[in-house]
Amino acid sequence: MVFLLQKTLIFTVPLLIVALAGMYAERSGIINIALDGIMIFGAFIGAVFALNIRNIPWFAEHPQTTFILAMLTAAIAGAIFSLLLSFSAINLKADQTIAGTALNMLAPAIALFFIKVFTNQDKLEMAIAKDSQGNMVDFGYVIHNEGLGSIGSILFDRAYLSTYIAIALFIVFSIFMYKTKTGLRIRACGEHPQAANSVGINVTKMRYLGTTVSGALAGFGGYVYIATVTNGTASGAVEGMGFLALAIMIFGNWKPFGIALGALLFGFLKCLGVIYNQLSVNIGGEDVYLLKSLNLPMYFYNMIPYVAVLAVLAFTSKKSRAPKAEGIPYDKGSR
Amino acid sequence: MKKDIKEKTSFGVWLKKFVSRPGVKSVISSLICILGGFVVGFLVLLILSISSEDIDFADSFRGLFIILGGPFSAGNRGDALYQFGNMLFNCTPLIMTGLSVALAFKTGLFNIGAPGQYLMGAMGSLIVALSIPTSVIPPILVWLLALLVGIAGGMIWGMIPGLFKSLLGVNEVIVCIMTNWIAANIVSWVFSGSQFINVAETKMNFIKKTSVNNVMTPTLGLDKLFSDGSLTSYMDIGIFIAIAIAVVLYIMLNKTTFGFELKACGFNKNASKYAGMNEKRNIMLSMAIAGGLAACGAALWCLNGHQDFKWEVYQSLPDVGFNGIPAALLGGCNPIGTVISAIFLRYINAGGSNLVGQTAFNEYVSQLIIAIIIYFAGFAKFIKDVVIDKWIAERRKKSAAAPAKNKPDGGKED
Repeated sequence: MVFLLQKTLIFTVPLLIVALAGMYAERSGIINIALDGIMIFGAFIGAVFALNIRNIPWFAEHPQTTFILAMLTAAIAGAIFSLLLSFSAINLKADQTIAGTALNMLAPAIALFFIKVFTNQDKLEMAIAKDSQGNMVDFGYVIHNEGLGSIGSILFDRAYLSTYIAIALFIVFSIFMYKTKTGLRIRACGEHPQAANSVGINVTKMRYLGTTVSGALAGFGGYVYIATVTNGTASGAVEGMGFLALAIMIFGNWKPFGIALGALLFGFLKCLGVIYNQLSVNIGGEDVYLLKSLNLPMYFYNMIPYVAVLAVLAFTSKKSRAPKAEGIPYDKGSR
Repeated sequence: MKKDIKEKTSFGVWLKKFVSRPGVKSVISSLICILGGFVVGFLVLLILSISSEDIDFADSFRGLFIILGGPFSAGNRGDALYQFGNMLFNCTPLIMTGLSVALAFKTGLFNIGAPGQYLMGAMGSLIVALSIPTSVIPPILVWLLALLVGIAGGMIWGMIPGLFKSLLGVNEVIVCIMTNWIAANIVSWVFSGSQFINVAETKMNFIKKTSVNNVMTPTLGLDKLFSDGSLTSYMDIGIFIAIAIAVVLYIMLNKTTFGFELKACGFNKNASKYAGMNEKRNIMLSMAIAGGLAACGAALWCLNGHQDFKWEVYQSLPDVGFNGIPAALLGGCNPIGTVISAIFLRYINAGGSNLVGQTAFNEYVSQLIIAIIIYFAGFAKFIKDVVIDKWIAERRKKSAAAPAKNKPDGGKED
């Protein structure tokens, strides 16, 4: 059970933070379908940074510092990359879906092109060492705290610093969106930019802010994803995580609480598909593998999260409400 | 002398009129996008070759020419023909997924579910093509049946987002993404441990080629025409089927009531409802047809008879499904435009894969260039409305000013 919850947390964190990233862009009125691409780009730059900085002995000896710096780099890279989207969507009033699709194609192309030119491989691996079976071990940034008891070890054993940072960021940015003046202005630009402009809010600036924060969070999320879920391998793909985050954002009704709930549910179901045959319950001193004994194929468990999201959407769709002005380029003259 | 000026201005007038036609404007703006993509792609190569000591400076130019040459930069004539045939074959599924995305766009829907529909189509057609014995039923009938079953599978799969959107009001993007992954898992589930796996050639990750059951798309000798002497390419009549479907779609969208309703629904759902159209039915039908189109691409690819279909797809969706989006966007969501842009994209891809042996670069350059072209395609409206119109206005000013100098009374005619 502890193992299951630990794994759930690992799957949930990138989804949580990237779905929040999507929320920031869409509440400001820009559809950010490029989340996937920004994640890939952030992950790629973060991995390149981490691999290079490790050549300096001091950083190699302080893996946690390196980890934090790499996350920061990934966030900055994501923010810069998202400027491409902002420029085309805000300044040139281009179709936001097209720009997002282009970014989704651009990021893996850039990442794979440079990875292959410089390493002659299709991926970057960040593990320091490999064990005898060729599995990657020892990243230097996994926190081990054995013997804490069940609840303690869910949060603090085999954990990553990124988990705490991500949760903290999620709370801070949720509060920022709802309790500050700037947050209110961003939301106003997503609902009715002309009205916002009439009371002196600079719509262009607010939309740039929204997408840039979105890009930074998505880049950060991308690096967290490759550092935790894929065992430190940047391969120019994040298995459609960005699109899933987008789905969770819609699922969560463009609100932080809904997003957190959706990410937890989805993360739990998704990790169930990965580790279902390792789950055991101790009954009378004997390990009983409940799900494994059902003899259903892995594909069945893999499918559950997607079916569950569809089912929930089917029942809750009437309440769903997207930001009114999302996807519409701001035109000062229109009503 | 006087006549000369008049001819020049009349040509100028003709050019202005020609350029200000909406169709021509679209083509010009697409060409500007493509040019921009190549310029940026070349700059990346140039900067890389200057900054890196391992890469020769001349490589950047050679790289650009290889990409521009597409399949024809293969080296010798035989290879070029072979690659050209394969390129045309690979266009087929891309044209179909592109049409799928384009049609949905016309109805105001973003069909990002093409990969899932593609997989369902592949599954349906493969099962039929491999399980009906051709000793009983003629292969061409099995082929036709497999194609139809594949299309039906895709239509059903495309219908799901349509149903969710029209009846429940759920955003189609999210439903498409979910159905993509569900399809990927269903396909893996159905094929895992089944009799369809290619055990004979010990290709356990792939499904049997349909040629073992004699089910193959007719080639009309095209595969032998496009060969390097020993190896025949995969070319078959699939691409002509795809082009024919594009023409039918074009006629449907532009000349029939149904097509008009679909487009009206895309422009303004509420207005079309007010005009008495059944907008819910239109959304469902549009998604179903889009699904069928994507699935048809998959069926045409699988039924070629010589393709290895990887059945364990639950971790990665087929790229050709997503690449339908750029194909549609670059083609301006016009069926004919989509065909041309799909062929163009495959042409660039073929050039990209020729880079690998001949330069220090790799095939991802072509993807980079395509991505940048799509990025610029987002500005197409901006280019059309601002850049080209400005150019026309400037020319108008000039032509108004130029004759004014020569003959003061004729300057106002414009």
